[in-house]
Amino acid sequence: MPKWSGKLEKVDDFRWRIPKSYKPGMRVDGLIYTDEGMLPHILEEQALEQVANVAFLPGIVGYSLAMPDIHWGYGFAIGGVAAMRVSDGVVSPGGVGFDINCGVRIMRTNLVKEEVTPKIKTLIDAIFYAVPSGLGSKGAIKLRSGEIDEVLIKGSRWAVGKGYGNKEDLETTEENGEMKGADPSRVSGRAKERGTPQLGTLGSGNHFLEVAVVDEIYETEIAEAMGIERVGQVMLYVHCGSRGLGHQVADDYIKVMLQSMPKYGIQVPDRQLACVPVKSQEGQAYLAAMRCAANYAWANRQCITHWVREAFCRVMGISERDAGLELIYDVTHNIAKIEDHTVNGKIEKLCVHRKGATRAFPAGHPDIPKQYASVGQPILIPGDMGRTSYILAGTEKAMQETFGSTCHGAGRLQSRAAAKRAASGRDVLASLEAKGIQIRAGSLPGLAEEAPEAYKDVGDVVRVAHGAGISKKVARTRPIAVVKG
Amino acid sequence: MRRMKRYELIEHTADMGLAAYGKDLAGAFANAAYGMFSIIAELEEVKEVESRRIEINEDDAESLLFEWLNSLLYYFDVETIIFKKFDIMEFGEGHLKADCCGEKYDASRHHLKTGIKSATYHMLEVDRAKNRVQVIFDV
Repeated sequence: MPKWSGKLEKVDDFRWRIPKSYKPGMRVDGLIYTDEGMLPHILEEQALEQVANVAFLPGIVGYSLAMPDIHWGYGFAIGGVAAMRVSDGVVSPGGVGFDINCGVRIMRTNLVKEEVTPKIKTLIDAIFYAVPSGLGSKGAIKLRSGEIDEVLIKGSRWAVGKGYGNKEDLETTEENGEMKGADPSRVSGRAKERGTPQLGTLGSGNHFLEVAVVDEIYETEIAEAMGIERVGQVMLYVHCGSRGLGHQVADDYIKVMLQSMPKYGIQVPDRQLACVPVKSQEGQAYLAAMRCAANYAWANRQCITHWVREAFCRVMGISERDAGLELIYDVTHNIAKIEDHTVNGKIEKLCVHRKGATRAFPAGHPDIPKQYASVGQPILIPGDMGRTSYILAGTEKAMQETFGSTCHGAGRLQSRAAAKRAASGRDVLASLEAKGIQIRAGSLPGLAEEAPEAYKDVGDVVRVAHGAGISKKVARTRPIAVVKG
Repeated sequence: MRRMKRYELIEHTADMGLAAYGKDLAGAFANAAYGMFSIIAELEEVKEVESRRIEINEDDAESLLFEWLNSLLYYFDVETIIFKKFDIMEFGEGHLKADCCGEKYDASRHHLKTGIKSATYHMLEVDRAKNRVQVIFDV
């Protein structure tokens, strides 16, 4: 693969700019959040060309943004953020991705490491059996005919209504787990057929469940507001998305956009960037279908959360109340949202695409739960299986610079094939166990692809996000047991 | 006689892709499907007992390739069929009709490897002169 050798200007220690003079057709500059340490790797692939290509899209405002975990994707780079004016801008399914509302949530507990480690093998086995995971798995949830539409409209609220979790979970989920404006009639029969048997499944790839332990707290007051009280406290992560339903919605609408673009006189440098005006009938239909897929993903994480809680309480011999299993927050990292942002001193309605990026709203923003009103929105940044993950808080700086967005994870360093060449699934399993991390995985080759070495150190990514001020470090966790899909 | 290579994998940071070859373009499409299921599962263990007829009409060859592979992923999701043999009976610029054979996934006998969410249009190529197609998957 050729190294990227486009135009790049250093702005400061954490910001680099691709001037719009780099390529005729760019409507705005590109802005990359990184540092001298991580930049050389970014330049080895074509992610920055993708950042430049996104700057071509009609109605884009500010910058075509790249978060510190930027890596080469398809169409849009992973770690890309792009905001388009609703009035004359576009929406692009490629700016959301195939796994619509892939996201992560974290639950706190009242327990500490010493209480959990003696039972960790039993615990992770129980979680592994409670949550269908891996390729080809089917969910335990049987939907009656037509019930999928309710899932698509109500999202997490559907799940809570069925006894999966509690009302408080809804308050600490982005969009309350129920994005408004979801219209199931915009979702194809194929998408519903794919989604129906998969509800309540983790899936494969980078999806996981994790038992983790807090190992450092940076901001005591903010951490306390989030229920993070001490080093050694046990936390539970759930990371998954909208399964085949979301993939099919993306497939269906990329085709619709490709067919409709000529009608709107739109040309794009990569077909995967296919887009139409936000206000067009096709654009509105996509957003209505995308919201359905987002709601499906929230219902999915909500059901899984319930099973993880049950397994945890059963193995630990403790009630849910005594375990203090409260949801700190649930964030999505593949989504397009209509939000108000200040552009050139004026409030504008924008369609913000976050593809492998997390919303990072500051204290006082009306869209964040009331218990976080004074500290900012919790942001969850999962790392790889062997190292750390971070909990951050949203900042005003993110509102000013990145449309309230920040990074979403570690970002891959190695291709899947390279990771498999470097170590077998068995090697990865052994080296993680040697570090005291229990692993359960449906597929050993799948595990090898997700080896810690295949990822950047999430600590480097977070250092840039924190250093640039687009989010604030609150706490760090380390895995003690992981289920890999 | 040396057998022609059916497909080769393309490395991509987060995802995975393949280039497939054929005696003609239809052959390259069949081999792309074979390559895709080789990423998903160990195909030696899969018998040819289930068959599905797939017919696709699209505006151009690129969309045809995208839809062909994604249709097969749809059958894998909904009916858990792992396909390994692709008999393309009709093939034109935007048209394809094929009988696809494989077997329903059986956890006791089959080994699944890597999940594929979708074929993408990113770097998607249909080379009519060389009977070669290329696709990157979202995995």
